[in-house]
Order: sequence, then C-alpha cells, then structure tokens
Amino acid sequence: MSHPLMKYLREDWMPTLLCPGCGDGTVLQCLLRAIDNKKIDIDRVSIVAGIGCHARLGTGYVAADSMWTLHGRAFPIATGIKLVDPSLQVVVLTGDGDCGSIGLSHFVHAARRNIGMLALCFNNSIYGMTGGQVAPTTPRGTITKTTPYGNLEYPMDLCSLAQTAGASYVARWTTAHPRQLTMSIEKALGKNGFSFVEAVTQCPTYFGKYTLQSTKASDILRWFLRNSVSIQQSKKLNPEQLAGKIVIGEFVDVTKLELAEQYQLQLKKKDGNWK
Amino acid sequence: MTQVLRKSTLLQGNEACADAAILAGCRYFAGYPITPATEIAERMASRMPEVGGVFIQMEDEIASITSVIGASWAGAKAMTATSGPGFSLMQEGIGLAVMTETPCVVVDVQRLGPCQGFATYPMQGDVMQARWGSHGDSRSNIVLAPASPQEIFDLTIEAFNLAERLRTPVIVLSDEIVAHMRERVIIPRIEELSLESRKEAVAPNSEFKFHKVSGSEISPMPRLGSGNRLNIVGHLRTEEGRVSMPSQNVPQVAFKLLSHLADKITTAEWEARKIKTLFAEDSRTMLISYGSTSRTVESAVKEARRAGMKVGCARLVTLWPFPEDQLQALLKDVDHVIVVEMNLGQIVDKVREVVGPGGRVTHVPKIGDLHATEELLGCIKKVAR
Repeated sequence: MSHPLMKYLREDWMPTLLCPGCGDGTVLQCLLRAIDNKKIDIDRVSIVAGIGCHARLGTGYVAADSMWTLHGRAFPIATGIKLVDPSLQVVVLTGDGDCGSIGLSHFVHAARRNIGMLALCFNNSIYGMTGGQVAPTTPRGTITKTTPYGNLEYPMDLCSLAQTAGASYVARWTTAHPRQLTMSIEKALGKNGFSFVEAVTQCPTYFGKYTLQSTKASDILRWFLRNSVSIQQSKKLNPEQLAGKIVIGEFVDVTKLELAEQYQLQLKKKDGNWK
Repeated sequence: MTQVLRKSTLLQGNEACADAAILAGCRYFAGYPITPATEIAERMASRMPEVGGVFIQMEDEIASITSVIGASWAGAKAMTATSGPGFSLMQEGIGLAVMTETPCVVVDVQRLGPCQGFATYPMQGDVMQARWGSHGDSRSNIVLAPASPQEIFDLTIEAFNLAERLRTPVIVLSDEIVAHMRERVIIPRIEELSLESRKEAVAPNSEFKFHKVSGSEISPMPRLGSGNRLNIVGHLRTEEGRVSMPSQNVPQVAFKLLSHLADKITTAEWEARKIKTLFAEDSRTMLISYGSTSRTVESAVKEARRAGMKVGCARLVTLWPFPEDQLQALLKDVDHVIVVEMNLGQIVDKVREVVGPGGRVTHVPKIGDLHATEELLGCIKKVAR
C-alpha cells in the first residue's frame, strides 16, 4: 500500500538526495498533509524555492507546479506570480540562509506588502547543502566549518522579523512538534495575506555533529523538545534564561488587506483612489 | 485604453518605451527607481491600470527582474527597466531567465559608469555586459540598440515579439540621450502590428514535455496553474526537461542544454538582426556606430558626402547576436572602417574580428557626450584622403 501522501510526490524520483535523519522530509510531509486536509487543488498550487536542502526537496520531488530558482529570490518570484494570478495558492519554501541571509530584504518586503503566500521556512540553523557553514541562525559559540574557533555572532529571530515587517500570520514549531506544525500550516494556508511558518528542523550531518556531538536525528529531536518553550512560558523568563531556547507557538494572527486583492480592487475603481 | 487610430505624437524616448510595451501586450512591469530610466516606471505606474495590467515598485533590481520571471510564468508578458547599476544587479535574474527559457524584456538605459558614474550623463558602457553579464557562458540574450524615440518604440515591440517567440530575455539597450530626447513618434494602430503571442497549448498532465531540450526547437510554455505540474529549474536539466542527476553524464547533458540555448537564438530567422546603412554602395570609408552615437555620425557622413568624399555609415540595430555576416558583406570592399562609440572601446573588437588582420580600423572613443560632427569629420578626412 502506498503512502497516503504519495499522490503529491514523484515516486519515480525517490530516494531523495537528502541525508539520513534529515528533518526536511518531516516539514514537507506537514505541508502536504495540510494541503490534503484543506482539500486544496494541487494543480492550483505554485511552489517557489530558492537554494538549499529544502529547495532541492520541495521542488521536483513534489508533483505540483514548482520553481527551483535563485538563492534568496523565491519571494520576488512568488510576488510576480501572485500579482498576475491572485487565484493561485503560492507557497514559498525557504531556509534560514535563503531567507535570513541572502534573501533577507525580499523576505521583509514580502511580509511588509502582505502579499498572499505561505512562506515555510526550514530552519536547520546551518548551511547544510554547502557542507556545514555558519548561518545567521546558528547559536553563539557553535563550531562550524567557517567558525572553527566558535561563532561570535548573535543568532537572528526570523519570526520576530516577520512580525515586525507586518506578516498576517507567524508561527514557529520544530520537527518534534509535527501536529502543531501541520495545524499552523493549515491555518497559514487559509490566511489571505503573508504567512510565515518557521519549522526548526534537524540537520544531523552538520548541526547535530557540531552542537550536540551526535549525528542521530533522535538526539536532536529530544534536544528540540528539551529546549523549546511556549510563548506563554517565555514571557516568564529573563533574557539569560531565554538564551538558546526555541520559543514555539503562534506569534501573529491578524487580518489585514492583502496586496494582490487590493491591486485588483484598485483597478476596478474609476478614480483609482483607495483607502 | 488601447490605441485605435494611428497617431503622431511628441514623446520622450522613455515614454515611447512604456507606450510600446503596453501596445505589445506587456501586462506586468516591476522596477526600481533609477536615473535615467525612471520615466519608464512612472509611465507604467500610471498607464498599466488602464489596461488591467500590474505595476509594482520592488525593493531592488534583483527583485524586479525575478518578479518579472514569476509574472511571465504566471502567463503575463512582462518587463523591467533600469540603468547600469541596476543592470549589474539584474544579471543573476537574467541568467535564470536564460536557463528557464522565460520570455521577458529588460530595458537598460545606459549611463556614465562604472559604479555610480554620473547618473545624468550618457555612455554606451553596457554593450558587453548586455551579452555576457550573466555567468556560466550564458549567451541567449538578444540585444537591440535604438537610436531615436521612434526606434525605442519599434524595438520595444520587436523585443516582446522576439522574447515570446524564442523564449528568452531580450534587452533594449537604450541610453540617456535617446531616452530623454523628445521627438515625433508615429504610433501605429494595433491592427497594423504583428504581435507574437505565447504558445501555451499543452494538454494538462503532459508532465515535463513542455521543457524539452532539443536542438533549436522551442517548446510551448504552459502557465503555472494549468494542470501541467511544471518543474521549472535554474539547475541543469536533461533532454526530457528533468533535473539532471549526478548519476547521469553531466558534461554531455550540459553540452546539449547549452547548445540548445545558444542555437535557438542563432538559427532562428528573425528580422531584427539588421544593419541600417547610408551611402553604403560606393563608400571607401565606413563609419560603424549604434544607438545615439549614430546620430552625429549620420550628419558627419552627409557633410563629408557633400564635400565629395566616398564615405558611408552603418548602424547596428541588433548588437547581439552580432550581425557578423551582414557586416562582413558590407565591409568587403571598404578601405577603412571607423568605429564610433561612446566608451573606451567595446564593439570595436568585434568589428576588428570581422574585418580581419590587415584591415584598417580606427576607433573614436568618447565618454559622456555625443561626438561632435566636426570631430568626426576631422577623423574622416584623416583616413579618407
């Protein structure tokens, strides 16, 4: 018997190129499950990805319209798609390097514009595809290939950036919280606006090896569970206690006008003025 | 609204560009303000809503070109416009358009460079960048060089036709002088134009066949959301349009794809590859130029003719792919060639290559201004005596 989500995948392409124990498959499964649960017509889904392990997995292997493009540029490509055809369900797959580093301004501006798309960020806190270099999300002190004496920089909080920039929906979970992650993606897919869902995912090959001295996925998943604190819990902790913790939950869920829809409304108005 | 009557009007080059794009069916424009190209974006911002199209000001030029690629795959004829500094940023996206065979038009209103240079001064400094700017032996860009607002109008329409027909980015290489010049432009009725429309027709679920790589053949391009489950990749792809895997013979796969991308441009029969000439029949000396520079070349040549000198000129309307054969035929019986361009020497090397060893080629460089007619006359007299 075939996997119930196999209808969304290209079975003849399997196995994927990703490493054993990689969490990206879990995140992809949560996305496909959410699409299935919401009964979204897969032929009207456009997946756009930049560069990284997540991009390699999320395009091609998925039997939907997909674009595997340039590092960091998935957001503007998706913006062009959504503005031309607002009826499409646009999904941007991005990574912590793709969206937090090279594509940072595109990410922030897509959120600011509140353009209707789901941005699903696979955050493995490291550059996996290039072989384990420091990322803007890598914890301080971590030894990586490009921080051989320890990372001196402070990690970036992608969810608070999305919130500040004006996203309609923002949530973070880890691959140790697949049910919550699926529920958040479902909710995000239902929003009319820019939704950002960050999935903290395990990279046993590099992140596990460097930070936990373990290449076992289960060790990292347990570490995720130990280090995760809910938004409510996090409010009771001081910054020192919060350092190194993964704050999980739903940060933003608001309703505001979406860009492509506003543009279409503006086109219909004779005077061209809108409020 | 759509133009109904043929009319003659005074237009700035940049305005003519925007109007032509809309007439050609452009329904998506993304750009970022930059002198001396901004008027194109401004006109698009006000005119796009009239025709139900999309205008958006993006956060930078990288976002502009990449959103154009997204828009094109969503089914719209799409365009962006910029100047040198922005054009440099766009090279990454142009490479993606070449690799994914995405029709789009990029207008580069060249200005004095490098770097910031001087925003309000002209230059023809991006000739090589327009062809070779993107990495990885990307050579599918078609580059057209207009010399007047009317020609900006005509070549912008041509650019859309070529982009759609050949599924490739087409670059209109304008410059500050022609872009800011105001001249009479004759706007044809839409029925007078032959406009290329995209071949989208593919049965749904015909997985992958859309992106076949075969010789110079151009595949149809179904839009996103049409049930074809497209996999559009900037990565190397096989003849079946599938992502190439390390287990395959990558060098062979790559050679086929790169040849396909190059061949579809060079073997295509398209009319834009042309050279416009003046007094070419009996000239012993020929001046070669393109874009705004050709305007004073033309007046210098006319004056030299009045003085009885056997001088003519040729203006390259298509810069890339370089019209080698036409130029070779044209220069076969010429004693001396003078290349006039507004830079320190870009197209001159290509002309030298065509003329061959032993041929006499003089280069007249200039930065930030047109050559004066007297300056060119002096040069003609020196070689044509």
